[in-house]
Amino acid sequence: MTMNRRALLKGLGAVGVATATGARPVTARSRRPVAEDAVGMLYDATRCIGCKTCMVACRRANHLPYEKPGHPWDDPVDLSGRTKTVIQRYRGREGQSYMKRQCLHCLDPACVSVCMIGAMHKSEGGIVAYDPDRCIGCRYCQVACPFDVPRFQWDSPTPKIVKCEMCRHLLARGRRPACCEVCPTGAVQFGKRKALLAEAKRRIARHPDRYVPKVYGESDAGGTQVLYLSSVPFEKLGLPHLGTEPIPRLSETVQHGIYKGFIVPAALYVLIGAAVRRHHRQRSVDGRKEET
Amino acid sequence: MNPHVHALPEATLPRSFRLLRILVGAGVVMMLWRFLAGLGATTALNDGYPWGLWIAFDVVTGTALACGGYAIAILVYVLNKGAYHPLVRPALVTSALGYTLAGLAIVLDVGRYWNLYKVLYVWRWNPNSVLLEVALCIMAYVVVLWIELSPAFLERWRQSASRALRWISQKGDPILQRALIWIIALGILLPTMHQSSLGSLLLIATHKLHPLWHTPLLPLLFLISCIAMGYAVVVFESALSSHLFHRRVEKRMLASLSSVMVGVLLVYLIARFADVVVRGQLAAAFRFDGYSLLFLVEVALFLAPALMLLSRRARSRSGSLFRAAMLMMLAGAWYRFDVYLIAFNPGRGWIYFPSVPELVISMSIVALEILGYVAIVRRFPILGGLTAATVER
Ligand code: SF4
Ligand code: SF4
Repeated sequence: MTMNRRALLKGLGAVGVATATGARPVTARSRRPVAEDAVGMLYDATRCIGCKTCMVACRRANHLPYEKPGHPWDDPVDLSGRTKTVIQRYRGREGQSYMKRQCLHCLDPACVSVCMIGAMHKSEGGIVAYDPDRCIGCRYCQVACPFDVPRFQWDSPTPKIVKCEMCRHLLARGRRPACCEVCPTGAVQFGKRKALLAEAKRRIARHPDRYVPKVYGESDAGGTQVLYLSSVPFEKLGLPHLGTEPIPRLSETVQHGIYKGFIVPAALYVLIGAAVRRHHRQRSVDGRKEET
Repeated sequence: MNPHVHALPEATLPRSFRLLRILVGAGVVMMLWRFLAGLGATTALNDGYPWGLWIAFDVVTGTALACGGYAIAILVYVLNKGAYHPLVRPALVTSALGYTLAGLAIVLDVGRYWNLYKVLYVWRWNPNSVLLEVALCIMAYVVVLWIELSPAFLERWRQSASRALRWISQKGDPILQRALIWIIALGILLPTMHQSSLGSLLLIATHKLHPLWHTPLLPLLFLISCIAMGYAVVVFESALSSHLFHRRVEKRMLASLSSVMVGVLLVYLIARFADVVVRGQLAAAFRFDGYSLLFLVEVALFLAPALMLLSRRARSRSGSLFRAAMLMMLAGAWYRFDVYLIAFNPGRGWIYFPSVPELVISMSIVALEILGYVAIVRRFPILGGLTAATVER
């Protein structure tokens, strides 16, 4: 009896710890390969003249209202529940630069990893798309995104998440994203990610004096489909040092370590059930002793 | 089931309960406002701090404080300590209420609540989403808790004047008896899963949560601390009942329970410290900047009750036991607030402090919990037999 009990407790302890920490021999989840057909954008900050035509085109193409309704002109300063892209200016010791903020369409996106029933999902060409029909409005995607991209319609009683979807409705009709269609200097261009990455590297090689020697997004946070070139350090433009690990790596490794195939929870359940049963049996045998 | 268990219809309630009712009323008004006007109008939430008081307090802290049923069940069923049986039902009441109201807080907090039922669409499940697991587990656990508690209702209804209730009691009892073992086991499995996952939720915030808090051990730390909080609530709740219903505290039982609490607290502290050392964050812990102070106070709050309860004499005094329990609840709450709000920094100058409606709604939920507890305890056989009238032996 005591032996049994000890074995039971030991089993419970081991499974419990494994459940809580994912301490089983777990191999960290592998990196996803870049899809051949992955589309992307290249934003070359040195070519941007800050005319904001892209912002106007984005608003029109996505049927978004003005940032401040009722105002005679539009003046968004940040992404918001009404604004999917914004041009910001940096001026400092490193010189000056414009910056186009929008969703980077990560290769291995944190927002997709956390979304419960796939409202945020990878769609054709690797575009990170949003389906309001599956969105619960939990805002976990906002917590997860390292670039603070997804925004919430705070002022609506029936809110949605708002973020750039690379104008996938236009792509479906054979067009390009609105911002890339209208940009007068070609600062933001649409294309296959592979081609854009090669082009970006070519530009750096041709004008090493003009660029920070790095294509942001090549491997940052596991790689993104929107790539950046700039003359000032990227972190000044709001593109932080994130390392090359995909953001969801840790959480998915821990979570799958614990729940892979549901074996650990199932084993734990059976063990707990056995313990409860033993307790009940014992209780009905020496019930009186228990009461005191 | 338990011959010493009584309902307490005769208890009178103190005046302060009127205040609780007013709070609940105010809360309901604010909730209506939230649904009509949206989250922006009623909360201080923003795109940097999309989760605020309702998540950090009502859901994450609230369900941890509702772990009394879980913590006692581990003791009674897994560690086979039948002596604690009288604590089971009162603990289950706090748990059932706590989790049900956390469910309410979730409905309030999510933006598109009408889509909530879709988390049951198995074919759309995203197995990578920690939140999905938390949501499913909490839903299931609310059901499990009320089933676990249902013997108390059935016992009462056996003598009911209504024939329907008598019938339910008669038919329900045997079914329940047969299923109860596996329900109880679920009642231990589910909290183990989702309480640890409430820690895992923040694993994704690799660059937003301060490194003193962001660790792969988040799930383990959340799990251990919720068990400590569960025991603390059981102590707190029996002190409260003894005050409200003029009952003797189950002193001996609580004293031995508190030695279990000391053990849990020490395990937690060792894990917390070992983790900080292993990850090379010890220097950050003693830098004495804001985050370091936050961390040190948090650790002190866990350490204090452990030290207080180390001596046997302190354990047998209900006053110090009560104080230690309060500290322990505070420690667990502090830790959760750190992880979810204070040590969470999205950058770009975002700030968050809860709005008045957020605060009122949170307080009204606590008020509702206390009122619900008293209402259930008065009507159904929940508390052990130590009323002033029937002192055991
Ligand atoms: S930038 Fe943010 S919102 Fe866009 S794909 Fe990456 S994680 Fe998702
Ligand atoms: S808010 Fe919507 S899109 Fe974002 S994680 Fe939640 S369900 Fe997914």
